[in-house]
Amino acid sequence: MNAPLEGYNFAYLDEATKRMLRRTILKAVAIPGHQIPFGAREMPLPYGWGTGGIQVTAAILGPADTLKVIDQGADDTTNAISIRRFFTRVAGVATTERTAEATIIQTRHRIPEAPLRENQVLVYQVPQPEPLSKLEPRRAETKRLHALADYGLMHVRLYEDIARLGHIAKAYDYPVMVGGRYLMSPSPIPAFDNPKMHRMAALQLFGAGREKRIYAIPPYTDVRSLDFEDHPFRPIRAPQDCALCGSRESYLDEVITDDRGGRLFVCSDTDYCGERVAARGAAAC
Amino acid sequence: MTALTPGFADPVLDAQAAFRAVLEAMSRPGRVQRAGAGLAPPAPLMPAAAAVLLALADSGTPLVHDGGEDADAWLRFHAGAPVSPTLAEAAFVLATGAPPALSALGTGTEEEPERGATLVVQVASLAEGDGWRLIGPGIEREHRLAVEGLPPGFVQAWTANRALFPRGVDVVLCAGEHLAALPRGITIAEG
Repeated sequence: MNAPLEGYNFAYLDEATKRMLRRTILKAVAIPGHQIPFGAREMPLPYGWGTGGIQVTAAILGPADTLKVIDQGADDTTNAISIRRFFTRVAGVATTERTAEATIIQTRHRIPEAPLRENQVLVYQVPQPEPLSKLEPRRAETKRLHALADYGLMHVRLYEDIARLGHIAKAYDYPVMVGGRYLMSPSPIPAFDNPKMHRMAALQLFGAGREKRIYAIPPYTDVRSLDFEDHPFRPIRAPQDCALCGSRESYLDEVITDDRGGRLFVCSDTDYCGERVAARGAAAC
Repeated sequence: MTALTPGFADPVLDAQAAFRAVLEAMSRPGRVQRAGAGLAPPAPLMPAAAAVLLALADSGTPLVHDGGEDADAWLRFHAGAPVSPTLAEAAFVLATGAPPALSALGTGTEEEPERGATLVVQVASLAEGDGWRLIGPGIEREHRLAVEGLPPGFVQAWTANRALFPRGVDVVLCAGEHLAALPRGITIAEG
C-alpha cells in the first residue's frame, strides 16, 4: 500500500458527501434499475471522463480493496491509467490489471470477458442514465413513464428499426429490463455484453456524474434485453478470430494498421487477451 | 445521564467498513455480516445498529428512535441527525424494542420510491441456514435466515410492504455485532 497524498481525505471526497452517496447507493440496490438523483460533486477531471463512476468508487472503496479500471476493455488507456493513479494517490489502494485479482472494477463501456465473482463490484461510468432520453427529453415526463412502467415508446423505437432495416440497429447502449420492472440503460457497453449482466454474481453499480444519477443491479437479478418474439435479441460480434490470442468468443476491436486498407481484429479486453497469449506461450515452451 | 462513550475510533475507515457491511447485506439479503466491532454505545443500542447509524445518518436525515435519553445524546453527538417530527417523515427509524408498524413509515412515491424509510431493528439473534426462506434480487436460489425477537405478524406486514414495490421500507436487522438486511423487493416465506 502506497502512502496517500497528504491534505486529502481518504478517497478524495469528504465524509458528508460519502454518506450521501452511500445512502443513494443502498436505495439503488433496494430498487434495482431505478435511477436515483444525487448531489454529484465537481471532481478533478472533466465530465465525460468518468466523474460518476469515480464518485461511486470513492464511496465504496476501502483500504483492503484492489482496484482495476478499464476503458473500452483496456487497462492501458489514458482514462483508465488516470483514474487508477488518482485512487492510488488519494486512497493508497492496491491496483491491478488482472480481472480475477480485483475487488472493485471501474469500467467505461465494457464488461470483462472473465465471469465476475461474488466478492467483486463492477462500477460503470454512465454518460446518459435515462434510456428514454432520445425519445422523451422532458425529465418530468420520463420520471412519470418509469413510475407507470410505460415503456411503449422504446418498443416502438425498436419496432421502427425492424420495419425500416429488418433488424434492431442498436449495437451499444441496448436497453434492458431489470427485475421485470425498470427499463434501464446499461451504459454504452456493446450489446454483446448485455447477456453478462443477467444474473451476474457480482454487484453492479452505475454512476452518472453530469446527469447526477446513480442506479444499481443487485447480484443474481434478471436483466433482459428488450426484444420481440419474432425478432429475439442477438448479441453482435465481429465474425473474426482475435489476431493476437485467437479467441472466437471475446468482443473484438477493429484496428486500422496502415493507410492501404490493412486492419486486424483484437480482443477489446486486454487482460483476457494477454492471459491467453501468456498461457499459449507457456504451453509452447 | 452518563458520560458519553466514543464513536468510531477511525471515523473515515470505520464508517467505510460499516457501510460495506450494509451494502453487502442489502446486495445479498439474508447473509449475515459483521459491523460495529469495538463500538460501545450506551444501552440499549447494540454495536451493529450504532455503526449503521454512524455510517449513514447525518444532519440531512431525520431520525426517529426509541432508545431513550442516553442513546439520544450519543446519536445526537456522533451522528448529528435531527429528530424527525413524525414517523412518516423519518429517513431512518431505529427500533431497540418493538418496531413500529411498517405501514406507518414513509414508503416514497411511485416516481421517487427512494424516499422510502430505512428501518433499523435490533433483534435477539440472527443466523443463516434456518428459518425464513428468502427469494428475490441478490439471491441466487434461496437464502435462509433465522431471526429471534421480531413481533408476531412481521412477515404478514412485510408481505404488505413487498406488495407496494417499488415503493416500500427497507429493513436492517441488527443483533449485537451482526446485521442482515431485507430490501423491499424480497419475498419472505416462513419455515
